[in-house]
Amino acid sequence: MSEQDTVITVTGLRTQFGTAVIHDDLDLSVRRGEVLGVVGGSGTGKSVLLRTIIGLNKPRAGTIEMLGQDTREMTSLVQRRCGVLFQSGALFSSLTVAENIEVPMREHLRLPHALMEELAALKIAMVGLPPDAGPKYPSELSGGMKKRAGLARALALDPAILFLDKPTAGLDPIGAAAFDNLIRDLQQSLGLTVFMVTHDLDSLAAICDRIAVLVDKRVRLGTMAEHMRDSHPWIQEYFHGPRARVALNGSGT
Amino acid sequence: MAESPGWVKSTIEGERLIVSAGGDWTVDGVGALDREMRNLAGSGSTRVTLDTSGIASLDTAGAWLLYRARRDLAAIGVTMQFSALDPRHAALVELVEQADAAHAETVRPQPNPLAALVNRIGQTVCEAADELAHLVNFFGLTIVTLGKCILQPRRLRIVSLVNQMEQTGLNALGIVGLLLFLIGVVLAFQGAEQLRRFAAEIFTADGLAVMVLREIGVLIAAILIAGRSGSAFTAEIGMMKVNEEVDALSVIGLDPIEVLVLPRINALLITLPLLTFFANVAALTGGTLMAVATLDVTYTQFVRQLADALTLKNLMVGMIKAPVFAFLIGMVGCYEGLKVGGSAESIGRLTTQSVVESIVLVILADALFSIIFSTLGI
Repeated sequence: MSEQDTVITVTGLRTQFGTAVIHDDLDLSVRRGEVLGVVGGSGTGKSVLLRTIIGLNKPRAGTIEMLGQDTREMTSLVQRRCGVLFQSGALFSSLTVAENIEVPMREHLRLPHALMEELAALKIAMVGLPPDAGPKYPSELSGGMKKRAGLARALALDPAILFLDKPTAGLDPIGAAAFDNLIRDLQQSLGLTVFMVTHDLDSLAAICDRIAVLVDKRVRLGTMAEHMRDSHPWIQEYFHGPRARVALNGSGT
Repeated sequence: MAESPGWVKSTIEGERLIVSAGGDWTVDGVGALDREMRNLAGSGSTRVTLDTSGIASLDTAGAWLLYRARRDLAAIGVTMQFSALDPRHAALVELVEQADAAHAETVRPQPNPLAALVNRIGQTVCEAADELAHLVNFFGLTIVTLGKCILQPRRLRIVSLVNQMEQTGLNALGIVGLLLFLIGVVLAFQGAEQLRRFAAEIFTADGLAVMVLREIGVLIAAILIAGRSGSAFTAEIGMMKVNEEVDALSVIGLDPIEVLVLPRINALLITLPLLTFFANVAALTGGTLMAVATLDVTYTQFVRQLADALTLKNLMVGMIKAPVFAFLIGMVGCYEGLKVGGSAESIGRLTTQSVVESIVLVILADALFSIIFSTLGI
């Protein structure tokens, strides 16, 4: 695997809150253009890993490289090559959906006002929201629409890497499947690399190229088929449990 | 990533306008290209070819400019062709086209500004009337529940009552004492300044006693409690509402008014009169110290004069207001808390509203008391 093909490289990561060690000597690499799903039991630090990579948590030890640059000295150029969708959308409640999408553009770029509005409307259409969603406030949207609006904001600057924190949590199965498809479509047409923390076995089966399982404070990377053969008890239970069997059979794996 | 700013060049070959584009057509650079692409529509040529062979990288923002140029030209009857469009780039343009087509059918209606203004005024008035009706309704509900609980004292929930009394009363002693002490200092100083002109400084004591006992003590204590505890009621109950704890109470068969509202209102009914008394003492102490320090009166003289003005009537005129203010603050605080909707966003707004409403109601009630007392000649 050449340097060019890896967009995120984590080496020897250690995160710790007080005396509780979350990750210890964790290595992870994410390839360009793949959808990586991150799974693990509650409290194993899936979201913490995501927050550490995007720079919201300071690691105790180890390095994180994103697009060939150390995240500790991350320039705003690299920062704006990442889009993040937080669990419940994290839309700014005092702004409309369109204004939310314009925030990163206003902050990082100098665009004519009319063009900014057009691009916001384009992102709204791309994530499958109706046109009248633009002037609405987040409180007027349903949970699924908020996630779509959050995704539109994450895509505002055409990022290279998209971070998703439990994107389908709280959606009904139909809405979750539609959101999975949307992520897959956008990922393919925009050539995105997606780093997705999830609990949703259907998402894992449907759209993830590789899966990172957080066990024993480290990750085990592999495809679904490789994990199925893993003998680690937690991984066994996760991928062979009744829920997993249904999800995997349904997707024809 | 090689950075090369995007560019466009136009050349005219007879009827045909040839536009060549190159460089990076990404969101970082489209700001500069926007105007030139818009101006293509004004070129006057009937056929346009857009040569995209020079474009090094394209994202959705760049694709939008390409697609928009073609769409806008088509609208005025000019056909535009892309030449040498990279297949990956063509896919992006198509994606943008699909997204735009999904939104094209709907035309956004522009609201008439005058109608919108009238609409907004009407809405505000109706909401205010609704609010008043609901508040009166809530008032009745609270009174009825309170009556039921008094008949069955077991339901008065002593533990949460005492807990609320600690938070609203005991923990407020410091701030109430400090502020009222300072207000006493200010009142004595200002009163003495005026009365000195008539060589009647000693009557500062009378003025201080009457003002503090009848008005200032209870009013400032009530306003502090509205800001301190009324807002806390709204935030606490509002948070429980968001977590569906209030719904859980109802499902278990507990009355939220009885469990959440009554202990808080009862606690205020007990603590605000006590705080008022404490506030009076603090303000009189502050006033006395200030007067003795700055006036030509001895401590004994001043206290004797003060004692004459400290009548039971003056004290009761102030104290009788305290439970009324307490009830208003508690009721508004709890009512606004229960009004919080499904999301946490409304908590902040309703907390502000709760404090404003309770202070307004307290001062209105105070004015009403003044009218009643003056009519009765008290």
